[in-house]
Amino acid sequence: MSLGIGCTARPGNSRNNKTGSWRVFYPVMDHDKCTKCGTCQLICPEGCITVNPDKTYTIDLDFCKGCGMCAKECPDKAKAITMIQEEK
Amino acid sequence: MRELRIHGRGGQGSVTAAELIATAAFTAGVYSQAFPAFGVERRGAPVQAFVRFSDEKIRLRSQVYEPDYIIVQDSTLIRDVNVFAGMKDGGIAIINTEKKAEYNIPKGVKLIIIDATKIALEEIGLPITNTTLMGAFAAASGEISLDALKDAIFDRFGEKLGASNFAAAKRAFELVKEDKL
Amino acid sequence: MTLQIMEGSIAIAETVRLCRPQVISAYPITPQTHIVEGLASIVADGRLDAEYICVESEFSALSACIGASAAGSRVYSATTSQGLALMTEVVFNSAGMRLPIVMGIANRAISAPLSIWNDQQDSIMMRDSGWLQLYAEDNQEALDMHILAYKVCEDHDILLPAFVCFDGFILSHVYEPVDIPTQEQVDKFLGEFKPYQKLDVNDPISFGMYATPEYYLEFRYEHDAAVKRAADALRKYGKEFKDVFGRDYSELITTYKLDDAETAIVAMGSICGTVKDAIDEMRKDGKKVGLLSIRCFRPFPSTDIAKALSKVNTVVVLDKNVSLGAKGAVAIEVKEACYGSDVKIYDYILGLGGRDVRKKDIKAIVDLAEKGKGDMFYGLRQEVL
Repeated sequence: MSLGIGCTARPGNSRNNKTGSWRVFYPVMDHDKCTKCGTCQLICPEGCITVNPDKTYTIDLDFCKGCGMCAKECPDKAKAITMIQEEK
Repeated sequence: MRELRIHGRGGQGSVTAAELIATAAFTAGVYSQAFPAFGVERRGAPVQAFVRFSDEKIRLRSQVYEPDYIIVQDSTLIRDVNVFAGMKDGGIAIINTEKKAEYNIPKGVKLIIIDATKIALEEIGLPITNTTLMGAFAAASGEISLDALKDAIFDRFGEKLGASNFAAAKRAFELVKEDKL
Repeated sequence: MTLQIMEGSIAIAETVRLCRPQVISAYPITPQTHIVEGLASIVADGRLDAEYICVESEFSALSACIGASAAGSRVYSATTSQGLALMTEVVFNSAGMRLPIVMGIANRAISAPLSIWNDQQDSIMMRDSGWLQLYAEDNQEALDMHILAYKVCEDHDILLPAFVCFDGFILSHVYEPVDIPTQEQVDKFLGEFKPYQKLDVNDPISFGMYATPEYYLEFRYEHDAAVKRAADALRKYGKEFKDVFGRDYSELITTYKLDDAETAIVAMGSICGTVKDAIDEMRKDGKKVGLLSIRCFRPFPSTDIAKALSKVNTVVVLDKNVSLGAKGAVAIEVKEACYGSDVKIYDYILGLGGRDVRKKDIKAIVDLAEKGKGDMFYGLRQEVL
């Protein structure tokens, strides 16, 4: 990286920093069980769960830190998200 | 280089007098410099202001310790301050007072006593004596002309105040010039 | 060239007007007040098309300048002493962001004890901030240096802010003749401000980012390199300045009767005028004394100074500041510049807090140096110690 004068930066640089690299557990969503309530998207502290046009949800594993809040908060009647241990 | 030291009290216009004298001198073709002895900015506090006149560019920045001329705007200062300190032989001291008191002036110094307060009250209606004493200084020293002083006064005070202030300056100028004090 | 007589502060305000700053933000403080009062009037009267941002503190004043400069405006501020101290964080920020802000400093002592009078402790305290520091000997230099500072600072190879330092009261409040340049001259010399980069909603950029340990050192290195490059930029534009205005600023130091001098006095700011008069009198008494005046303290012209002092036996440094527990800031750097030579260098701390400096003081100091007495506070009133 060459230095910008005065330490200025163009917007969007944080996308280059993949913050999900160090997690221990990663979430897997079962779309058949998902009721499309949107809770997981709302509570994700990284904002890495996005809603698709067909109202399904995608988890961006580049930025997911594996905190498990989505799995914990997914309503009892669905329990559509499971945390799986990364193989390192 | 010639040097003037003005002794006054805060609010009497000593700094303005220094600035206008320097302006009048510069307009007439010599280098000049005016500055205050930067003291407390309180009405009534003893203040000093300085002017230098020279045919060459003035580089010196210290205060004036060996003046050719002094102007004392308020004779009560003489009790507290040695206004004559360092005066040069052949110098001129202009003192505003109504009393013809005996002053312990240095050898060779010419003393000019003028009741500038009376003149200022009659011409301007206020006991602000700086312009009156500037007129006396112009006549006594020859450093500035009455015309240059007129321009400086009108430039600073405008038409109305300029007219009364210049009238006071002119009256003092003539009194000193014609030795009618 | 037409000389006019006017107060230093007003001459500076009128010159800043000619530089066409688009934003001015400042907070009034003695003895800088007349400059910002003057500029406020100039803007209110429509004589300058600029935004005058009133603020509640010096911290905010320079912060507003950062925003305005980052947004692509030519900006001006002025302050002194406690005002500069209050700005400290923003002084370092604006330099690190490499914003070409010009700020007038009406040099004044620093509290406590409270003093409104002149010395140079305030700007010297900002020595390490990465701002350029120019020091004026008289009001002509003070206003010329404002114009020159914009030219140097806005060069895309430099991109730094600059202090133009002039002694408070001694210069800011003195009536003396100055040549106020014409608008045509200033426009010709400065041209329009072309920002290197700016805040723009259509092409976004962030200023004031953080640098991790992997990069901070490199940013400081580049900042230092830019301050050092400013020396040549000052020489280059100082020469161009002469072509337009007739006054030469191509050197970071000036000398007076130094060529054959045995003793050199090194000083900075308005004291140099008094020193020159003292030198003329000492020369009449057969003493070979000369002056080296430092016009630019940052970048520090070490090589120029070492060369100029290479033939003298004794160097007298007059410091209107003190790095308590060490020496005066100028002496420290002059000694560093002359390291390895056999010249004797003595430091004299004087004129602090407005103590008047007379010709006889300069002569007395030269006498002290001849006797080998130096590195001291000069003129202490022993009866009150």
